[in-house]
Amino acid sequence: MTSATRAEVCAVAIADAFRDDGEILVSPIGNLPQIGARLAKLSFAPDLLLTDGVAFLVADVQPLGAPAGKGVVEGYMPYRSVFDTVWSGRRHVMMGASQIDRYGNQNISCIGEFQKPKAQLLGMRGAPGNTMSHPTSYWIPNHSTQVFVPKVDVVSGVGYDRAAKLGPLGSRFHEIRRVVSNLGVFDFETPDHSMRLRSVHPGSSVEEIREQTGFALVVPEDVPETRAPSDEELRLIRERIDPKGLRDREIRSS
Amino acid sequence: MDKRTTAAEISAELRDGMTLGIGGWGSRRKPMALVREILRSPVRDLTVVSYGGPEVGLLCAAGKVRKVIYGFVSLDSIPLEPQFRKARQSGSIEAVELDEGMLQWGLYAATLRLPFLPTRAGLGSDVMTLQPWLRTVRSPYEDGEELLAVPAMPLDVAIVHMNRADAKGNSQFLGPDFFFDDLFLGAAKRRFVSCEKLVPTEELTREGSFLTLRIHRGMVDGVVETPRGAHFTECPPDYGRDEAFQSEYAKASRDPEAWKSFEQRYLALDSEDEYQRAVAARAGAEAR
Repeated sequence: MTSATRAEVCAVAIADAFRDDGEILVSPIGNLPQIGARLAKLSFAPDLLLTDGVAFLVADVQPLGAPAGKGVVEGYMPYRSVFDTVWSGRRHVMMGASQIDRYGNQNISCIGEFQKPKAQLLGMRGAPGNTMSHPTSYWIPNHSTQVFVPKVDVVSGVGYDRAAKLGPLGSRFHEIRRVVSNLGVFDFETPDHSMRLRSVHPGSSVEEIREQTGFALVVPEDVPETRAPSDEELRLIRERIDPKGLRDREIRSS
Repeated sequence: MDKRTTAAEISAELRDGMTLGIGGWGSRRKPMALVREILRSPVRDLTVVSYGGPEVGLLCAAGKVRKVIYGFVSLDSIPLEPQFRKARQSGSIEAVELDEGMLQWGLYAATLRLPFLPTRAGLGSDVMTLQPWLRTVRSPYEDGEELLAVPAMPLDVAIVHMNRADAKGNSQFLGPDFFFDDLFLGAAKRRFVSCEKLVPTEELTREGSFLTLRIHRGMVDGVVETPRGAHFTECPPDYGRDEAFQSEYAKASRDPEAWKSFEQRYLALDSEDEYQRAVAARAGAEAR
């Protein structure tokens, strides 16, 4: 097996974010999160519930880019049931972020002044409800000071400082589980829940990550390297989950 | 009661300043024929409530919109709706940007004639700071939790697009997702359905199970047959999204000259028939 590409390291780091989720709905938004979630389901988290991206829960794992309707339908999950599931807490979402700050506040709404933005983005979507209801993680394929900012222009997904202001009762379902970028893995397991460097992808470095981050990261003395994919994981990614290599369009090989 | 009507009569229900709810989701099963009729009408200053797709962009581009209440506006395969972006970035519309689930809650509250429904979705986010008129409510029970009170979102008029309907307004969806169409109708004073095909009542359960009959005639004031009336959004199983047309729309939106010619070809037309002919001619030219 040839050594893992950066995209494959990211896929495995994403899969690890879903490791202990058990039998809940996982909503991976974007190609790499899709690969990671399918990898988790095929290896160490077989009970995860995954949809076909339309309205059905599928029991088997289809290759990325396969036409909808190919999978074995095991349940029905129209949008009406999605919000019920979100608010029930039995879900873990991995969303993107146009901006994210040190407490995990996420912006997908707009850049600039809200009344007349420089760039209208997706809109709030489900970010406010997701972050207040169940574990939320983020996937950021373009780690830079453009994205990792001191202060987001609009808070769509709620970060730890905002959640804390709601008190222990109001914030009891809030959790930002993990941030995976093309350079490293991050969490909020610090006393004040500010973002911590959890591991550095092989080929990147603490220096590079610091340079590309617009706020002071918590960096432990010893930062491990993000774990390498096993041969079996690489086989699953390359042959079973992403034979078309869509992962390489998101993250250049290095 | 025979509730068959025309797109023009439905459009004529709208007065300046009214609140219009539009069913579907993103670029999926949108009542586009009815929207095109509204584009041809003189109405303006609408407040549009929608899980937004190209209908929001088109209404904004035509200067019909004062305010949009939404969680997102997207073309699905093209994530950002270009005409809506333009309207937002020029500051020409008022934006009430909410969590997606809040929209469901507001429509549901209006359906149930409740002043609000509580949720945690929105708390702590800038939904609260950007919409300072939103209020919270404290649980009257032991827990005492403070929750966001999503206000009812009553609509003056709601329009949705279905696969099948009968002349009385009994309506059927045959695709994978019903979205929130019943709530749009439930929240509205005047409620209209366009459909791919009008059929005799007894045919409804022949094509789909009873589970596809989520809109009965008591929820509908008028119904009109508009074949390919969701174009260019998808309307499965009748047809998929016209991706080529959608990307032409998105491309034209980037350039004022191209937009002018797009408008001339597809929007500055006198009727839905002419629109469908222009779309067919375009597809024919592409096939050659």
